[in-house]
Amino acid sequence: MTTQVFKIPESLRENVKYSFCPGCDHGVAVRLVAEVLDEMELKEKSILVASIGCSVTLYDFLNVDSIEAPHGRALAEATGVKRARPDKFVFTYQGDGDFASIGLAESLHAALRGENVSAICINNTTYGMTGGQLGPTTLLGQVTTTSPTGRNLEYYGYPVKIAEHVALCDGTAFSARVSLDSVANIRKAKQAIKKAFEVQRQGLGFGFVEILSTCPTNWKMSPSKAHERVRNEMMKTYVSGVYKDVTSGEQAHIMRPSFV
Amino acid sequence: MSRIVIDSDKCKACYLCINECPKKLIKISDKTNSLGNRVVEFDDPKGECLGCAMCATRCPDLAITEVYKG
Ligand SMILES: Cc1ncc(C[n+]2csc(CCOP(=O)(O)OP(=O)(O)O)c2C)c(N)n1
Ligand code: SF4
Ligand code: SF4
Ligand code: SF4
Ligand SMILES: [Mg+2]
Repeated sequence: MTTQVFKIPESLRENVKYSFCPGCDHGVAVRLVAEVLDEMELKEKSILVASIGCSVTLYDFLNVDSIEAPHGRALAEATGVKRARPDKFVFTYQGDGDFASIGLAESLHAALRGENVSAICINNTTYGMTGGQLGPTTLLGQVTTTSPTGRNLEYYGYPVKIAEHVALCDGTAFSARVSLDSVANIRKAKQAIKKAFEVQRQGLGFGFVEILSTCPTNWKMSPSKAHERVRNEMMKTYVSGVYKDVTSGEQAHIMRPSFV
Repeated sequence: MSRIVIDSDKCKACYLCINECPKKLIKISDKTNSLGNRVVEFDDPKGECLGCAMCATRCPDLAITEVYKG
């Protein structure tokens, strides 16, 4: 007997064609979100708050109700939407620049308030859409268009560890960092997204997943070399794991990650 | 028999699936799609496909649309 083990998720629009560059992990992340929406049967009650960055046209890809937020303000909008319509499932999909640079205040305050929404943040260590500038997540030494000799500690300071910061907020129910560098890690990433969505469904507070992703275009690397960079460089600074999970029965502020 | 279905109109020729397949059943074809990409094809004359879906899980552009295991 033959069984179908992979199909295009129903939460994606029919015959969807992404606008992402060849080999860009945004495409995998969007598919994982759609698979989780399918499996949790959330499509019909979801409101997506899309953001500014390479995923700006996410409403063209996901077949759910949606609104677009100004750069960095996705979690402010999500707060309003969820408070007005607490019966809806509300989630954001944001870049690292959107979430942790221009939007850092909106993002962390949503977590501190314990807003009952879920947020997905794609960390590709750069501002992808605008051509690869240095952002708060850019690694020390990383060459970007605005740090042509590499990110320099004296001048720019340290990269931000988003999942850890979100985990420190008392209103956070779940915070994890995952990676899309391998098929095994893609599968773990899906489980983390599911958990971040599940805590909202249970009304437990803010759910968050930081997803380490590639930007082959601005990194000027082949898609497969870009995955090597995620593994060999990004994952050294940005350690994968679950940083907070109020459903696990463990202490709230353990910074030693348990792996998903 | 296990097999995959490729929608070559969606293929962006990133070739990540080629490295991912444990049986090396995906290769660059001689066809170019409407996007101008030199697309991949599934070539499994000996019926070696495992139906593991590693290729589809890795494909960022939903170009591997179906995987059957059997
Ligand atoms: C208020 C405002 N400032 C700046 C911009 C320009 N801008 C558009 S996208 C972007 C950065 C996107 O980077 P990121 O959020 O990391 O998403 P990515 O494209 O890397 O996925 C910037 C600075 C803007 N659109 N609006
Ligand atoms: S610029 Fe980078 S992040 Fe944006 S779609 Fe292209 S590869 Fe992906
Ligand atoms: S991974 Fe997908 S888009 Fe990339 S070459 Fe293979 S089928 Fe084409
Ligand atoms: S399902 Fe597995 S064995 Fe078959 S083509 Fe895809 S990666 Fe190769
Ligand atoms: Mg980015």
